[in-house]
Amino acid sequence: MEAVKKQHELVVSVSPHIRSEETTSRIMWTVNISLLPALFAGVYFFGPRALIATVLCIITALVSEWAFQKITSREVTISDGSAFLTGLLLGLNLPASVPFYIPIIGTVAAVVITKQLFGGLGYNIFNPALIGRAFVLITWPRAMTTWIKPDAAFVSFDAVTAATPLGLLKEEGLAKLLAEFGDRANLYTELLLGHRAGSLGETSVIALLIGAAFLLYKRYISLHIPLSFIGTVAVIAWIFGGKEGLFTGDPIIHVLSGGLILGAFFMATDYVTVPSVKKGQILFGIGCGLITMLIRLKGGYPEGVMFAILLMNCFTPLIDRNLKSKVFGFQKKKEAK
Amino acid sequence: MGLPTFEGGIHPPEHKELAEHSPISEAKPPVRATIPLSQHIGAPCEPVVEIGQEVKKGELIGNPGGFVSAPVHASVSGRVIAIGEFPVPNGRMVTSVVIENDKKEEWTTLRDNPDYMNLSAEDLREKIKEAGIVGLGGATFPAHVKLSPPKEKPVDAVIINGAECEPYLTADHRLMVERPDDVAEGLRIIMKVLGVNRGYIGIESNKPDAVEKMKAAVAGDGNIEVHALEVKYPQGAEKMLIKSILDRDVPAGGLPMDVGVVVHNVGTALAIYEACRYGKPIIERVVTVTGRGIKEPKNLMVRIGTPISQLIEECSGFRDEGPVKVIVGGPMMGFAQYSLDVPVTKGTSGILVMSRDEYVPAEKFGPCIRCGRCIDICPMGLMPSMLSIFSEKGRYEDCKEYNLFDCFECGSCTFVCPSKRPIVQFVRLAKSMVKP
Repeated sequence: MEAVKKQHELVVSVSPHIRSEETTSRIMWTVNISLLPALFAGVYFFGPRALIATVLCIITALVSEWAFQKITSREVTISDGSAFLTGLLLGLNLPASVPFYIPIIGTVAAVVITKQLFGGLGYNIFNPALIGRAFVLITWPRAMTTWIKPDAAFVSFDAVTAATPLGLLKEEGLAKLLAEFGDRANLYTELLLGHRAGSLGETSVIALLIGAAFLLYKRYISLHIPLSFIGTVAVIAWIFGGKEGLFTGDPIIHVLSGGLILGAFFMATDYVTVPSVKKGQILFGIGCGLITMLIRLKGGYPEGVMFAILLMNCFTPLIDRNLKSKVFGFQKKKEAK
Repeated sequence: MGLPTFEGGIHPPEHKELAEHSPISEAKPPVRATIPLSQHIGAPCEPVVEIGQEVKKGELIGNPGGFVSAPVHASVSGRVIAIGEFPVPNGRMVTSVVIENDKKEEWTTLRDNPDYMNLSAEDLREKIKEAGIVGLGGATFPAHVKLSPPKEKPVDAVIINGAECEPYLTADHRLMVERPDDVAEGLRIIMKVLGVNRGYIGIESNKPDAVEKMKAAVAGDGNIEVHALEVKYPQGAEKMLIKSILDRDVPAGGLPMDVGVVVHNVGTALAIYEACRYGKPIIERVVTVTGRGIKEPKNLMVRIGTPISQLIEECSGFRDEGPVKVIVGGPMMGFAQYSLDVPVTKGTSGILVMSRDEYVPAEKFGPCIRCGRCIDICPMGLMPSMLSIFSEKGRYEDCKEYNLFDCFECGSCTFVCPSKRPIVQFVRLAKSMVKP
């Protein structure tokens, strides 16, 4: 018996002694991979400039997180994939034609101000990529709302500018939008494929859905937020979106355009900044949908997904505190008393 | 779909194959038995023997220290050589009686009474109490206390817990396969003591042979049903088992009795049968010695007080050189040992030897990323993420707002956490810092 003890060091730790193989960095890198189809679509439609802008965001995200953690003597965590993800998401949210200082400054705002200054991964209140985008949109409104025609990018960098479908719808009405795309069926097809002006990663609904399906299959995200978000947008677009009175709006245009698909599946599902309990997530999604449509129909901007998610991020702690999960046996106890 | 179950839960790798086909064999009685006087939840026993005294197998050596307590008996015959503080598997030091085995194997009072079913409920309960039977699933709650429900809590159903949801462990599985009739008799005794005519046996469906054997053992008995349950951890937790089989919710902070149910483990049912029929006190139990770190996994009938080093030898020792993790209990809720001298107690259901590639080193953990996985799987419907965050920051009082004391520390949250946070340990810490 003594021999046994001498030969073997006994490892002691607290239970449980087995763990799942899931890790934070595996989740983050998987989400990064799921965004690749959208990035490919963006580069396909908007040319190499789209790729350069995105890569600039990613590099800036990694460098600024590394620098912040070095300066503040924290453990460097850039390999966990979360800074990479912030950069990638911000890149996908920019017009391909932006001057190259915009991605860099936006990413610093996202990673340093929004994420690290609030305590780093897990402690940020707002979605970092969206704060980054909001920052540059407000600072350089002209550059951030100058869109180029999708296939023009291959020809030259100072390409033909074009309005986004939501911009056309807001400024010039449905008739003009339909005229631009031929007919309604053609409009839907182009929106699905992503052959339209917009942020470089938001346009191709199909590419985004491929990535989202992958995340759903891996159970990294659930449908609670995307469905309630998109559903709310569709219902309100149908009721209030038409010029000929109530219930004459076209929900499909509203669902397929703007940043809704990218926002609903990849930004409103960011673990850190949204409620963790399912019923809270549904409330969060509905709130996002309401604010999005309020801005789209009544606000000064043609698109409202970014502000909607950011505003709902503020409510996340409140929602989580008030819509806690149902404790086993808790209701029965109250009744009994 | 279709198999009865509860909400939440996880699916850890089972690894039952290591030991599930190994029939129960007798372990060698220990040369020296170190028998703790507190092997149960409740008041510790007072020793009733002195150093130098000769004792026989089954002789009382510790008197219960209160109603919620259970007597302790000698597991070997021989001489008491020490009474003092010795470590037990949960890491504490407990007053224990050490008996040097004289190898005579002399019993005190073992008398076959085939007519045990005609004893009154009071007599049966007394026999169970005298035999020192506690919950052998690991909770070690004294059995006679569960069998004495207060009048205002009428009990109408008894469940025998054969879920054995902890990965690796196969002790209950083997008992149900090898001694189904005795387990069924144990259930009938419990039903008689409680005056209940609804009995259930719940078994996870990964043990089809046990389901079959138990069904055969109760065939023709209209009062007993065998239920195959979904394989999901922690199916064998009392509240989850009651939900799965009877669809009743034990109130938060309450006991199974509050919904008219008493749950006993398979091993406990067998011990109850042996106590009522033969007057045999609990001096031995089935222990699964398993894991990839052990050469020959086995299910052993082991005397209480046997040091676990002896059981490891009995299974041909460790497989590999180098560090191992020796766990008493299962991988989800068991205790890692710092010494192999600790004895098998009434609550020891398994000894798991994890090789280096099996156990997860106590790695660094990251911040909570609020992914909500722990919330989705918590069988108690808690928010483990919030408990761990508050506890980490020393805000223990805030944990109470998140139902800290409803956590029974099954470890599911910690298993799924992608940031590898020791959530259960944070919960234990908070529990120790605040009053319920």
